[in-house]
Amino acid sequence: MAERAIGLATAVRAGDRSARSVVESHLAVIAEREPDVHAFNLVLADRSLARADEIDAIVAAGGDPGPLAGVPIAVKDNTCMRGVPTTCSSKILGQWRPPYDATVVQRLHEAGAIAIGKTNLDEFAMGSSTENSAFGPTRNPLDLDLVPGGSSGGSAAAVAAGFAPLAIGSDTGGSIRQPAAFCGVVGMKPTYGAVSRYGLIAFASSLDQIGPFAADVADAAALFEVLAGHDPLDSTSIAEPAAQVSGVLDRGVEGLRVGVISELSGAGIDGIAADVQDRTRTAADALGAAGALVDEVSVPSTVFGLSAYYLIAPAEASSNLSRYDGGRYGLRVDGANNEAMNVASRSAGFGDEVKRRIMLGTYALSAGYYDAYYGKAQKVRTLIRDDFAAAYENHDVLLSPTAPTTAFPLGDRTADPMTMYVNDVCTIPSNLAGHPAISVPYGVGASGLPIGVQVLAPTRGEAVMFQVAAALERTMA
Amino acid sequence: MTREAVVEPVLPEGWELVVGCEVHCELATATKLFCGCRNGFGDEPNRNTCPVCLGLPGSLPVLNEAAVAFAMQLGRALGSTVRGSVFARKNYFYPDMPKDYQITQYDQPTNVDGFLELPTGARVTIERAHIEEDTGKSTHVGGSGRIHDASYSLVDYNRAGVPLVEIVSAPDIHTIDDAKAYVAELRAILVTIGVSDAKMEEGSMRVDANVSVRPAGSDELRTRCEVKNINSIRSLGRAIEYEARRHIDLYNSGQAPRQETRHWDEANGRSTSGRSKEDSEDYRYFEEPDLLPLDATADEIAAIDDAMPPLPAGRRRLLTDAGVDAASAVILVDRGHDHFAAETIRVGGEAALVARHLVHNLPDGPGEVDPAALAALVEMESTGALSSTQAKTVLAELAASGGEPSAVAAAHGFEAMDTGELEGILDDLIAAHPDEWTRFVEGDRKVQGFFVGQIMAATKGQADGKVVNQLMQARLAG
Repeated sequence: MAERAIGLATAVRAGDRSARSVVESHLAVIAEREPDVHAFNLVLADRSLARADEIDAIVAAGGDPGPLAGVPIAVKDNTCMRGVPTTCSSKILGQWRPPYDATVVQRLHEAGAIAIGKTNLDEFAMGSSTENSAFGPTRNPLDLDLVPGGSSGGSAAAVAAGFAPLAIGSDTGGSIRQPAAFCGVVGMKPTYGAVSRYGLIAFASSLDQIGPFAADVADAAALFEVLAGHDPLDSTSIAEPAAQVSGVLDRGVEGLRVGVISELSGAGIDGIAADVQDRTRTAADALGAAGALVDEVSVPSTVFGLSAYYLIAPAEASSNLSRYDGGRYGLRVDGANNEAMNVASRSAGFGDEVKRRIMLGTYALSAGYYDAYYGKAQKVRTLIRDDFAAAYENHDVLLSPTAPTTAFPLGDRTADPMTMYVNDVCTIPSNLAGHPAISVPYGVGASGLPIGVQVLAPTRGEAVMFQVAAALERTMA
Repeated sequence: MTREAVVEPVLPEGWELVVGCEVHCELATATKLFCGCRNGFGDEPNRNTCPVCLGLPGSLPVLNEAAVAFAMQLGRALGSTVRGSVFARKNYFYPDMPKDYQITQYDQPTNVDGFLELPTGARVTIERAHIEEDTGKSTHVGGSGRIHDASYSLVDYNRAGVPLVEIVSAPDIHTIDDAKAYVAELRAILVTIGVSDAKMEEGSMRVDANVSVRPAGSDELRTRCEVKNINSIRSLGRAIEYEARRHIDLYNSGQAPRQETRHWDEANGRSTSGRSKEDSEDYRYFEEPDLLPLDATADEIAAIDDAMPPLPAGRRRLLTDAGVDAASAVILVDRGHDHFAAETIRVGGEAALVARHLVHNLPDGPGEVDPAALAALVEMESTGALSSTQAKTVLAELAASGGEPSAVAAAHGFEAMDTGELEGILDDLIAAHPDEWTRFVEGDRKVQGFFVGQIMAATKGQADGKVVNQLMQARLAG
């Protein structure tokens, strides 16, 4: 991994380094390794160089381009950027170019960050390996035979490969944190509503959040501060100003109460690998040694999270993805009449996993089945919130593994969707509760691959979450 | 739009009509329900659009608070319980609906349990009045003009996302006149509170009628058909009558209607079959995750009630309580002339005469007349100082140019004839037409008109016909 975002921005703002040189050096890394990794659907070379020149001009004129001045950032390709093809790694969107910028894209622009490319993902963010992309899989830069995780695999790989110091992804059930863990970078899902979803192409609206990828916790915190904040264009955006988190990173964990979630740390769920369990325990011990009060805590309903998630997310997706009907934009396959055109376009445009989830979701919402499926899943969601609330009565943060295993080989889990879905078991509860959570790389497992440890916090608990994450990171140093 | 006076078509003996109405009204907000695009009618197609109302990927709805306020006002005007509500998605594919789902309210609408009072005094229960977004407008080119056999279709998304309220009545309506009166009254309320221009011809008010019939005296609810594409109150009457007769014919021939949506064909005066219930879609309603649940606080509701203008039913009651007949009260309120009428009566105008002049002689409103002047004119007429013909002439001039009735009457040379003068003229006429007078005395009342006419001619219309009649009757009695 290359230079850190904060250092680059400081140098660019001071005029010690040109934004052009920063972009050029990252484009050089991309030119060398991108053909192997395939992190990007589109590299915005000319555009990012032009933007770099603008930033250099601002600095030359004595202005301040913002806290992320000149820092290249990789943007997940389900985030709208005006005039730039935004594909969701699906054939159905064709070469559609949004006529508007997502709010986060605008915020990044205003902060001086430079969008260097659109990153690959599982189609419409549905997947945990970035193998469900219509444009081919992304490979894990640490071992090209392995998946980078998903769905934001392209963004995680871009940071891990040094293509950009920062990236943004979206996290619906773990799509930032799990690939961050697989690629050995930091990935964070904010509180639901902390970051605007305006311009994020929806997968499951009540779960989706945009969040940062970075090489370390401080960079992730800096990016979070740029992304977060109220947006009147998103009705679910939190009205209050976002938490300032950079200032708390050095505070340590003395006296903080950390609960290791027993259900997600090996005891409650089959399939949490021994090396993952081991690193999680080591992390907990390290926090204890640093002065935190660490114990085990039960959050019983988290074990139902996976089942509830795979009803709620597909249900919302089945509705969100209706608009891709061939009528107004994207792929159109002609048919004898409008309905035949709709069916032909959707049949040709969507991949298998997307179709599977549309069918699941349609079924879950059907008359006569709603109460048994979608309705019950919503009750589980309430239960999980209640259980978390109980756990947070006497804990400041919770701890668990991010993913049950380290990165697995390409093709290893594509045959059976259920083995793929289990990847999200530790991350899903935070999405269902709307809580923030961050994956911090915490050493390597048996095969030398990175393992992520997840710090969870209650709603709008980003500050204490980052505080603990930074302290945890320091225990590795 | 004034209420038509028509003869109620009579359904075959032994059958009772059962009608419930679903009325969609566009709310007259400046902007659309979920974006800042202009809410306007008649603009160049697809001019008033943005990523949100085009349902582009990544766009999100932001609720227009003015639309909510309008919907709550309507709810209160309909006597509804206004409460916290939740938006839902109604999922179905249609090219004029850009997201292929409609944001509406499902099991938790803003307004429930209201009612509407018809001019007859009958009450129709309003089950709900909920907020939803309108669709775009499709024009199907080729074939019959409907989508299934069109060569191609054009879609104008200017209307997509325009705020609507859907007002759903109970199946409480049992005559065609009541159905028409219901829609007319609803329209009057919408216009009165200013939340919609409610123009059926422009589609800002659209009426679907759920029609069934049952044996008279029964309280069963039989299979209903929902008749759509009704473009006027007159159409509503025709469509209901057609549909009811179709049902009765089916029952009489041993068949039964099937539950379906039917399309009213105004030109041919019939309805044609649309979607049946069997192939009706499952809309897969669920809570709209992009919007927060909506509160309705007691303070908000109290503020709406405080600001509520007088509503048509109350305004009619005010007039009838002041002595105006019910039919005139309906017309005066529909025309918005009721306040003027009430004020004229309050300053002394006799109710019946005031109503008559306003209904018949001032259909476009009082113009330059003020209530005091009309009251004075009515007073002159009722005391016989002016004949009704003279009063009408004076009124026309007052309406056009204002002024004092007495001065205008004097300028026209209208003066009350004194009775002595009229007696003299009558004596002369009796002398000139002895045969006719004899017939009158013997009871042929038709010749009375002859004498009145002669006196009017002799006085150049200045005599009061009423007074002449009284004089003639007095001679008979004498």
